[in-house]
Amino acid sequence: MNKASAFIFAGTLGLTISGTLMAADDDYITLASTTSTENSGLFDAIIPAFTEATGIDVRVVAVGTGQAFEIGRRGDADSLLVHDTAGEKQFVADGYATERLDVMYNDFVIVGPSDDPAGISDSETVVDAMQRIAKSESPFASRGDDSGTNRAELRLWEDAGITPQGEWYRELGSGMGPTLNTAAGMDAYAMTDRATWVAFNNPQDLALLYEGDEALFNQYGSLLLSEERHPHLKHDLAAQWHEWLVSEQGQQAIADFEVDGQQLFFPNAE
Amino acid sequence: MQTSDNPFSTALSLIVNMDSALLSIVQLSLQVSLMAVIIASVLALPLGAALALWRFPGRNVVIVALNALMGLPPVVAGLCVYLLLSRAGPLGEWGLLFTPTAMVIAQVILVLPIIAALTRQQVEALHGEYAEQLNSLGLSRLSMIPTLLWDARFGLLTVILAGFGRASAEVGAVMIVGGNIDGVTRVMTTSIVLETSKGNLPMALGLGIILLALVTMINAIAHIIGETAKRRLG
Repeated sequence: MNKASAFIFAGTLGLTISGTLMAADDDYITLASTTSTENSGLFDAIIPAFTEATGIDVRVVAVGTGQAFEIGRRGDADSLLVHDTAGEKQFVADGYATERLDVMYNDFVIVGPSDDPAGISDSETVVDAMQRIAKSESPFASRGDDSGTNRAELRLWEDAGITPQGEWYRELGSGMGPTLNTAAGMDAYAMTDRATWVAFNNPQDLALLYEGDEALFNQYGSLLLSEERHPHLKHDLAAQWHEWLVSEQGQQAIADFEVDGQQLFFPNAE
Repeated sequence: MQTSDNPFSTALSLIVNMDSALLSIVQLSLQVSLMAVIIASVLALPLGAALALWRFPGRNVVIVALNALMGLPPVVAGLCVYLLLSRAGPLGEWGLLFTPTAMVIAQVILVLPIIAALTRQQVEALHGEYAEQLNSLGLSRLSMIPTLLWDARFGLLTVILAGFGRASAEVGAVMIVGGNIDGVTRVMTTSIVLETSKGNLPMALGLGIILLALVTMINAIAHIIGETAKRRLG
């Protein structure tokens, strides 16, 4: 029986430890958001201000926008902060969220090998730049992961009248950071949000080559999830976060966030 | 955190300046993986032994399945647990997704087949040696299990360590079911992925060195315990 009691002991120990693992206070919400906001350090800068004002902690799960929508649809997060306005409006129309608010924007930029083989740096428009990359068949690293950035990139190819395919167009199926790592490794062009680019530490020979076109505007929106569809979520706490983001205090916190002296997100709540 | 370009000096300075954030990450990594290995061992040791001793129809299928599951991709295990624990899934009521408990469950699924399959193999070999003696004592198969497990304990220690290695090294499962939430479900491996995606390669490698050192330490401790016990038995 000696061993049996050892097993019982181990089992009890297991339950005790897992009990401690599960123990957590309930004053938090789970936020599904994008890697660009998390990787740049924005949340580390603004969440403490929110927690101080409301006593609510925010636990961020950073994924691509496509996956964030899926997490929201399944009821696994209390709130969403993502960047795909068309997708967000669809999400509301489908009844998963009751309200969508503009929170802030930043912009996408095109990076590539510093000697710019496709010559995009003097392009008139971003569409022009994309056409030059396709025409010269210079390697282009695409996220290929149905993220907000990926969706924006595909819209730009469409605007440029190009179906991106061929050996030069490389769909990586990974997040922004890994895509930049890969682009740096194979001297490819890539489209990235400015926040991730500025906070990125392994550019090697990559340089920012094209920026400034209005078509590269990258709007972030906060979604208030439907209480009807997922009654178990922490709707009260999530609503406080949703409202704080667009409040004067929240907007100021976003504006105050800088990396290397550069403001990365621009509040634009109405 | 300021880092140099050398991963070794980064690792060293991380250890020297051990801040509370890193400490909690290390602690959670160990907690989750050790817990998973304990639970998996409690289930898999008797299971493996039983599989070694009993003959039943479909036994070979079970053995092949267990052996194959040793190669279960962590991301698939993670996905299964995700779908199970998601609010829209069958166990959604429990609200366990994005918690350390979910990570333990996923790792148990990864570790259990390894321990069960290797235990089966070890106990079967041992039983082959002792079968006559055990039978002459008139022991039932059920009562042979503890005896055989005890006799095989030194070999089984290595088996359990193999399970621990799998648990502490995997990232695919804990990333999906834990969500890599800062201060809640962030462990060593998910931190390494995060730092890599930020382009902080020396930092990522530095964390990798620390993880490797920890795993080495645990293996060394287990080895010393095993050797000491063996020597004492003479």
